[in-house]
Amino acid sequence: MEEKKENNEPKIVAFLCNWCSYAGADLAGVSRFQYPANIRVIRIPCSGRINPLFIVKALQEGADGVLVSGCHPGDCHYISGNLAARRKFALLKNFLSYLGIEQDRVQFSWVSASEGNIFASLIKKVVDNIKKLPANKKLVRKRVGVQEYGWY
Amino acid sequence: MINVIINNREYKAEKGKSILKIALENGIYIPSLCYHPFLEPAGTCRICMVEIEVNGRKRHVTSCNYQAGDGLIVTTDSDEIIETRKWILKLLLARCPDSEIIRKLAGEYGIKEPGFIIENDKCILCGLCVRICAERMGRSVINFTGRGIDRKIDTPWKYVKGLTEKNKSLEHFTIQTDYCMTCGACVSVCPTGAITLEDITSHKPVPILSEFNHGLSNRSPVYVPYPQGVPNVPVIDRDTCIHFRTGKCGICSDSCPAGAIDYEQEDEIVEINAGAIILSSGFTEYDPGSDYNYGFKKFPNVVTSIQFERMLSASGPYKGELVHPGTKDHLKKIAWIQCVGSRDAANKREYCSTVCCTYAIKQAIIAQEHAKEKLTETIYYMDMRTQGKDFDRFYERAVHLGVQFVRGKVYKIEEAQNNGNLILTYINEKGNPGHEEYDLVILSVGLKPSPETSEMVKKAGVLLNKDGFCHMEFPILPETSKQGIFVAGGFGGPVDIPDTVMQASAAAGSASVLLHKSRHTLTKTKEYPAERDVSTEKPRIGVFVCHCGINIGGVVNIPAVTDYARSLDYVVYAEHNLYTCSQDTQERIKAMVKEHGLNRVVVASCSPRTHEPLFQETIREACLNKYLFEMANIRDQCSWVHMHSPGKATEKAKDLVRMAIAMVRVAQPLRPLSLPVVQSALVIGGGIAGMTAALTLADQGFKVSLLEKTSRLGGMANRLFYNLNDEDIQAYVSELIDRVKNHPLIALYMNTTIVDVTGYVGNFITEIMMNKGKATEKIEHGTVIIATGAKEYIPPDYLYGKDKRVVTQLELEEKIVKNEADIKECHTLVMIQCAGSRNEEHRYCSKVCCMQAVKNALKLKEINPEMEIFILYRDMRTYGFFEKYYMSARAKGITFLCYEKNNAPYVQQVTREGHNILNIEFHDMILDEKIAINTDILALSVPTVPPEGAGEIATLYKVPRNEDGFFLEAHVKLRPVDFATHGIFVCGLAHYPKDISEAISQAKAAAGRAVTILSKDTIEAEGKVSYVREDRCAGCGACVEVCAYHALTLNPEKGIVEVNEALCKGCGACAATCRSSAIDVKGIRDEQILLALESM
Repeated sequence: MEEKKENNEPKIVAFLCNWCSYAGADLAGVSRFQYPANIRVIRIPCSGRINPLFIVKALQEGADGVLVSGCHPGDCHYISGNLAARRKFALLKNFLSYLGIEQDRVQFSWVSASEGNIFASLIKKVVDNIKKLPANKKLVRKRVGVQEYGWY
Repeated sequence: MINVIINNREYKAEKGKSILKIALENGIYIPSLCYHPFLEPAGTCRICMVEIEVNGRKRHVTSCNYQAGDGLIVTTDSDEIIETRKWILKLLLARCPDSEIIRKLAGEYGIKEPGFIIENDKCILCGLCVRICAERMGRSVINFTGRGIDRKIDTPWKYVKGLTEKNKSLEHFTIQTDYCMTCGACVSVCPTGAITLEDITSHKPVPILSEFNHGLSNRSPVYVPYPQGVPNVPVIDRDTCIHFRTGKCGICSDSCPAGAIDYEQEDEIVEINAGAIILSSGFTEYDPGSDYNYGFKKFPNVVTSIQFERMLSASGPYKGELVHPGTKDHLKKIAWIQCVGSRDAANKREYCSTVCCTYAIKQAIIAQEHAKEKLTETIYYMDMRTQGKDFDRFYERAVHLGVQFVRGKVYKIEEAQNNGNLILTYINEKGNPGHEEYDLVILSVGLKPSPETSEMVKKAGVLLNKDGFCHMEFPILPETSKQGIFVAGGFGGPVDIPDTVMQASAAAGSASVLLHKSRHTLTKTKEYPAERDVSTEKPRIGVFVCHCGINIGGVVNIPAVTDYARSLDYVVYAEHNLYTCSQDTQERIKAMVKEHGLNRVVVASCSPRTHEPLFQETIREACLNKYLFEMANIRDQCSWVHMHSPGKATEKAKDLVRMAIAMVRVAQPLRPLSLPVVQSALVIGGGIAGMTAALTLADQGFKVSLLEKTSRLGGMANRLFYNLNDEDIQAYVSELIDRVKNHPLIALYMNTTIVDVTGYVGNFITEIMMNKGKATEKIEHGTVIIATGAKEYIPPDYLYGKDKRVVTQLELEEKIVKNEADIKECHTLVMIQCAGSRNEEHRYCSKVCCMQAVKNALKLKEINPEMEIFILYRDMRTYGFFEKYYMSARAKGITFLCYEKNNAPYVQQVTREGHNILNIEFHDMILDEKIAINTDILALSVPTVPPEGAGEIATLYKVPRNEDGFFLEAHVKLRPVDFATHGIFVCGLAHYPKDISEAISQAKAAAGRAVTILSKDTIEAEGKVSYVREDRCAGCGACVEVCAYHALTLNPEKGIVEVNEALCKGCGACAATCRSSAIDVKGIRDEQILLALESM
C-alpha cells in the first residue's frame, strides 16, 4: 500500500462473515443503499475465523481501520463462533489501546443477512469515525527492500 | 468498420453510425437535448454541433444525424464550436428561462443572462414527444403545427371556439384529445418538463399499481414481480404494455444488451408425469373491502397488515421509512385491529387465522426500530394467541417495549375533522366505550384459501372443508382425501412458517413412502472430465471482469480494471464480458483455460453467495479443481453502493480484484471427504411421534431401531381417548403399536436406556442397555430421530393431591371415559386454564390445554346437558379450525370467565352446614368484582413439561435444548425438525407441546428429512475443513475447547490434535485460537488472508 499523507480517504478492511454480514452487505447493494467506498471486504466463513493477527496485520499493512462483523448473538451459523470472536476481540482491543491505537480504529459489530440498511449506516459511521483520526502510522511496517508478497 | 478521428484520436466504429453515437460509445461528451438513443435523430436543438473535416474542408454539422464516413475528422470542442453553442444556448435560455436543464447547460458554458428578449415558453421544440409518440407508441397524438415563429406542438383538432388568436398562438396544447393512450411517454422524454398529461388527453391517467407492494406504489409494464423471485427476471404485463396494444414501442427490446426480450413467447401447457402431488399453493389474505366500518380504501391511512409489512420493508414503497401513505409524514401513533376477517361469524369467517397475533406483535416491535421519533402503539385484540414455541416470550418483550394491548372490539373508524388522523371507537373488556386518535391503523387481516386453487383442486376430487381449505384426514395427514395427493402449508389451513416448513417435509416424507420403489430411477448423474494436476505448475491466473450490462459497467470503468488485472503478477490472461454469468461466457472461460493453460480463475462480478457455484462448475468442467477459484464482488458491494462516485468505485474494484488474485494465487485443490452412509435410522421414544417416524421410514424400506424407555408403547397418547373431532385415539394408538411390533424392518427395544454415543452423520454408533441389566448392545445407524416426548406437570398448588376433587385435564378425561361416579353426580365443574403455565416458572404456553378444556367440557355437556361448567382462562387459544369448537361450547352454555395473571383464582375448602365444599374465588374482569364458585370437580389445565432424561439425551447427542428444556431446532422457522448437528432430527412433544395431528405431521417431517441422508450411499463432507500441521502442534487442546462440533480430539499418545473431517464445518474458530498456527482451514488459510491484506 502506498503511503498516505492525509486521511481524507482512509482505507478500511472489513472482515464479514459469509452467512450474516456479507449477506447483509449484498442486500445493501441489492437495495442500492449508498455508502462510502472506503472499505475493502474480505469474506470469511465466520467472525470466529478472525485471528487477532489478521487485525494487527491489516494495521501493519497501512489500513486506517478494521471492521469485523458477524451474525447477531444466538444466530451464528456455526453455533457460537461470533461469541468466540467477541471474546478475542475484547482482549485485542485492550492490547491495541496499550499500543496507543485509537479505540475507533478497530470495530466489531453484528449485522444480519436482512440488515442491508443497517450495514450501510454502519459503514457510514465507521468511515466517519476513522476520518476523524489521523492516518494510521503507528504499526505500519517499513518496506525497505522487501519485495511485494514477500512476507514468507 | 471505419476509422474516425475525434479530437485527434482514432476510433474504430461501425459504418452508418452517427458521430454522436460513436462519441458516446467512446466516452466523449457532446451535449444534446433532442437526442434519444431509441428515436430517429432530428437535429432540432443544434446543441450537438461539431466541426468536421472532409477532404480538407471544414464545416459545422449536428452530430446526432450526421453519419460518419471512413477517415472523417471531428472536433467536438474547438473554440468556434463552443462559441456557436453559446449562441444557441443564449437563444434557448431566452425562450425557456425557467428550464432547469437549459440553465444548467448554459451555466456550463458560462452564460448567465440570455441577452435576448425573454419569451417565457417551456417548450424548446426539440420534437422528442412528437417522435416518441409517432415512432415508438404508434399513435401520433402530438405533432408540430405552424411555421417559423408560429411553430409549436399541438394535439389534433386544434380549432376551439372562444380561443382568441393571441393565446392560440402562444398555447401549445389547445385541446385535450381522446385518441391519446395516456401512456406518458411524451412526459417522460421531455427534457424541459413542458408537458403534463392533462394538457394532452381527456383520459385520466390510471397508474399501474404494484401487486407486490399491495397498491402502495406503482410499477411499469415491464417489471420484476418479486425482488426475491427465482429466477429473478422481469416479465411483461401484456395488458398494459404498449407493444401488445399497438405493436410498436419495443424500447425494452432495443435497450436490452443481452437481447433477452421475446415478445413472441406464448404460455405453454406442459404435461408432467408424477406419482404424487403436493398441494402447497398457499393462501391469500382476506380483503376487508367494505365488510367492516373501518374506512378501508376510503382513508389512505387505513392499511392491511400485508401492506404494512411492505411499508416496513427496506425494499418497499417508502424504503422502510415509517410514513403516512397519504401525506408521507413520519408516524407517531399507530394501532392494530386484530381478527379482521377471522373469528367473525357475522362475516361467515368462523375460524381463527392463527398467525395474526404474532405477526402484529412482530410488526409493532419492528415498527419501533423504523420509527424516527417515539412511537405509540396499541394492539386491539380479543385473545392474544401466541401459542407457538417461544411466542409468549415475544409477547412479553412487546409489553416490555411499551406496546399497549387493549382487550376490546373496535367498531368504527372515522376521520378526524382537521388533521386527517383517524378516530377509533372501541369497547374495552369492561364494556366501556372509548375513543382514541391515531395516524395509521393497521387491519390484521386473516388468511383464506385462494378461490382459484380451491376450484382447481375440487375438480381433481380432493375434499375441501367448509371454509374452502384442503381437508386433511386424521391420522393419514398430510394426505388428502384422495390417495397420492398431499397438502402442505397455508392451503391446508392457517399455519405459521415453522408449521408450514414442517408440513412440507411431512408431505415429502409421506410421498416418498408411496414412491420409494422408483427412487433414483429418473435421476441422471453428471460426468466430469478428470482433474488436471496443477501442483507443479506456477500460478497462471485468468481474470474475467463482468460489465453486468450497465449494473457494473455503468459505474466502474471495466476496461481499466481489466487492463489493471492484466498488469499484475501471475495473471496471464484477462478479459471483460458483458455478462460473465451467461452461457456463452461459460464456454469462453473453458476455452480460455485450455488456450492459456490457466490453473486459477478469478471472476470479478456479483456476489459469490449467488454465483460462485456456477463458476466453480465451469472451471471443474475445464478440468480444474473447483477450489482454484476466487470471486471479487464488484457489483453488490461496489458499483451498486457507490453509484455516484465512479472514480472511487473503479479504484475499489481494482483493489478487490488484486485481493482476490492474492488469495487465489496460493489456493490449493481440495477433495471433500466422501462418507459412507449406514442406511438405517435410530428413533428414540415410542410415543405417537416416535412410532409414526419409525413407520414412515420402515415403510420405504429403511431399517429402524426404535428405543422406548418404559415397558409400554404409546407415550402420552395412552392417556388420550378422543379428540375434538371425536376420533378414537386409543384405536389409533393400538393400530400403530400393532404395526410397529409386526413390521419386519423395525427392531423394537423396550425398557432401554442409552449408555454411549459415538460417530457422526451417516455413521453413528449408539450403545444401549436393556432392562437395567449389565449387558449392552451397540446399534449402528445413519441418522437419529429424537422423539422423547413430554409429561404432564404436577401442580403443587390449587389443593391438587390434597383434595380428591381437584384433578388434571388428563385425569378428568379418564374419569369421563370410565364414566366414574363423581362425573355422574357432578352438577358444577370448574376448569382453571394456565394452572402453572405462562408464569415465572413455565414462561411458555402449553398450546394444547385450551382445546383439551373445550373438548372435555363439550363431552361433559353431551353426558349431562344440565351440568354447569365454568372455564376460567387468561386467553382462549383455540387457534385455527379449533375456534369453531370454542364457539359451540359458548353456544351450549359453557361459561368462560377471564382472569388476569396477577389475580389468579384461589382454591379453598370451606365447611358449610357440615359439608366440606370446594370453593374457588377469583376476580371477574367484566364485573370488576370478586366472585366465588362452589364446585364438585375442579379440573386444572396444567403445563406440558419435558420428561426426565431429556437432558442426558441432549448431552449424549450434543444437541441443544431451550430455556424450558425442550429441544432446540437448527432454525426456529426454516429448519424446524433439524438440529444444527447434521443427521439428527426432532419431532413430537420433545420439540414443544403440540396437538396430536401436529405431532404426527412433525414425525413424518423428521422421517422425510432423515430420508435425504438415508437414501444416499455416500455423502460429501465439507471441502473447506481444518487440518493440523503436526510438527507445530503442541497438543495444548485450546482448539478442542472452541470447536462447537466436537470435530477435534486430542490424541494423548501422539500429543497432537486430530481433525475428524466428517464433523468439521470449516468455521475456523480453531485456527483463530491456535497459538502456534498449527491448525488452519483449507480453502481459507491464514496465508491467503494475510496475502490479501498485504496486497490491499
